[in-house]
Amino acid sequence: MENLILEGSAKTPTVTFNANEGKLELKGRSIPENSVEFYKPLNDWIDSYGESPKTATSVDIKLEYFNTSSSKCILDLFKKLEGINGKGTDVSINWYFEEDDEDMEEAGEDYQAIISLPFKIIEVEEI
Amino acid sequence: MELGNIYNIYKTMEQENILLSFKGVVTSDLLTSVLQIMETKMDYMEESPKTKKKVFNVLVECLQNLYHHIDVNDENAAEQRRIIEQKSALFLIAKEDDYFQIRTGNYVDKDAAIELTEKLEKINGMDKEELKLYYQEVLNNGALSDKGTAGLGMIDIARKSGNKLEYQLLDVNETTSFFCLNIKID
Repeated sequence: MENLILEGSAKTPTVTFNANEGKLELKGRSIPENSVEFYKPLNDWIDSYGESPKTATSVDIKLEYFNTSSSKCILDLFKKLEGINGKGTDVSINWYFEEDDEDMEEAGEDYQAIISLPFKIIEVEEI
Repeated sequence: MELGNIYNIYKTMEQENILLSFKGVVTSDLLTSVLQIMETKMDYMEESPKTKKKVFNVLVECLQNLYHHIDVNDENAAEQRRIIEQKSALFLIAKEDDYFQIRTGNYVDKDAAIELTEKLEKINGMDKEELKLYYQEVLNNGALSDKGTAGLGMIDIARKSGNKLEYQLLDVNETTSFFCLNIKID
């Protein structure tokens, strides 16, 4: 299966979804006015990946900023991952936030409260 | 317009410590530019990275609220001009010694204004923990509109700014009000 690689822009994150390694990463900022269009191919990719996944799937979210339009799409993406969890793969999520960025830490807690997947919130010096 | 008014506008903006202002139709490209300008301006400020991030985040939500009000569907050109005028918005970003203020102004239908008031009153009546739960509830149960809006913008602005949403709705005519919003970030 093909990897999904998208370069980041002023309003969208860098996407590195690697099927062979079972590693999915979102990095940068996600602030498009309408996020649906951007996130659709990501969700579609997870659907295909779910048909023959790696035994472990690790998801790294390293966002500096995201808007409320993206927050809903990110939740939908996590729900997709919840859907494939236990069906040939164990999914875990790592949510990164920069030192002192309480807002991003709280955002991680919001998802942690809603999503039933192993969900680590990790503080780093710089994203 | 009298030329002297340019000076008056300048003085008002100086007194209000305006960093950046805009009046007109808010487009996607405009938002990209404004956000870039604000990021560059803030790079040179001594505020903590935490405050700068808050300002940026709140600004994104405020400006995207204005952006999503633009829906011009009418075929008739004169009517379109009228609508564009109605959809035109104002925003001001001000910096005082120890806090930032983001102010916006835009027209809203009176029907929408009633709903908006209810929502803002509900948000302003909540403490930090209640806002967090309300956000999670809307995030988990709400659906995205066709425009990609999640109904989370104002809740997010209240959470991140940590202050009450100051607002006023002014009567314009029978069908329209003007919505003034002031967000303080300290």
